Amino acid sequence: MPAIALVFTTLFGALIDLNKPGNYIHWGFIQMSYGNLIVIILMVVVFFAAILIPFKTHKSKEGDR
Amino acid sequence: MTIADPKAPRPDQADLDKAADRPEDADQWTAKIRTAAVEALPPQRMLPDRQPAYVASWIYVFGVVTISALCVVIATGFVLAIFGPNWWHVSSTGLFVNSLHLWSVEIFMFAMVVHLWGKFFMAAWRGKRKATWISGVVVFLVSVGAAFTGYLSQQNFDSQWISTQAKDGINSTGAGAIFNVTNFGQMIMWHIVLLPLCVVALVGLHVLMVRLRGVVTPFAAKNETPGVEPGAAASEVQA
Repeated sequence: MPAIALVFTTLFGALIDLNKPGNYIHWGFIQMSYGNLIVIILMVVVFFAAILIPFKTHKSKEGDR
Repeated sequence: MTIADPKAPRPDQADLDKAADRPEDADQWTAKIRTAAVEALPPQRMLPDRQPAYVASWIYVFGVVTISALCVVIATGFVLAIFGPNWWHVSSTGLFVNSLHLWSVEIFMFAMVVHLWGKFFMAAWRGKRKATWISGVVVFLVSVGAAFTGYLSQQNFDSQWISTQAKDGINSTGAGAIFNVTNFGQMIMWHIVLLPLCVVALVGLHVLMVRLRGVVTPFAAKNETPGVEPGAAASEVQA
């Protein structure tokens, strides 16, 4: 196994064991895999980051239309 | 059709853009369609060099990210279709292209959802943009179907598991009689022909409508005069 793959396997393998059936969370009637939950959290984070992080632009000069 | 006189003087390009070559041709259907198309979709609005100042935010980037990811999805899908399942399951290059196809779809759906949230919270259906919003919703639903039939077309145990689990859900809707998720031939055709055509056509329509109406303006701030759209201000930024 390449070294970089070994590093990733060790890092993420410790967090999420992909060699067994998926883990699910149960909130009442809501049942969701941790994979889907992570994607949803990432989407929320990216959404707020897109609103809050300033966007660098090339401002128009006066009269430059 | 009128036969053009080769010795007749040629009209200016500007006239050609909006009208028939000759005044006597103006009632032909080709001239009518061309004139209507140029009036409805002027070329300078289709690919503008500048955008209103309020577009200078990362939240406006996700539509383009979605389209970029769609381009990668289609390109990698072409490669997968050329070489087939034996290649994408066994060879290292095939596995790589297969992964590119999967992850570009992940980015496509991810960016599309963030784009949807952004447009929802700015009520992007304002200003005669209802059709644009609805076309986006339809693209999202068709894309879910395209991704689903993609999972069914993997040609592995995962696709078998998904199809046998999904058939009960599909059958409970009554659609199983015509949409059989365990029929690989049918699912692959939906995945590589019907649904991609629908997605690309709808995305094209969606973008045309965005260009036609322009990007929706933000809500006015509380101390601004009602009815004045901040985006209508003169300030612009380069695209």
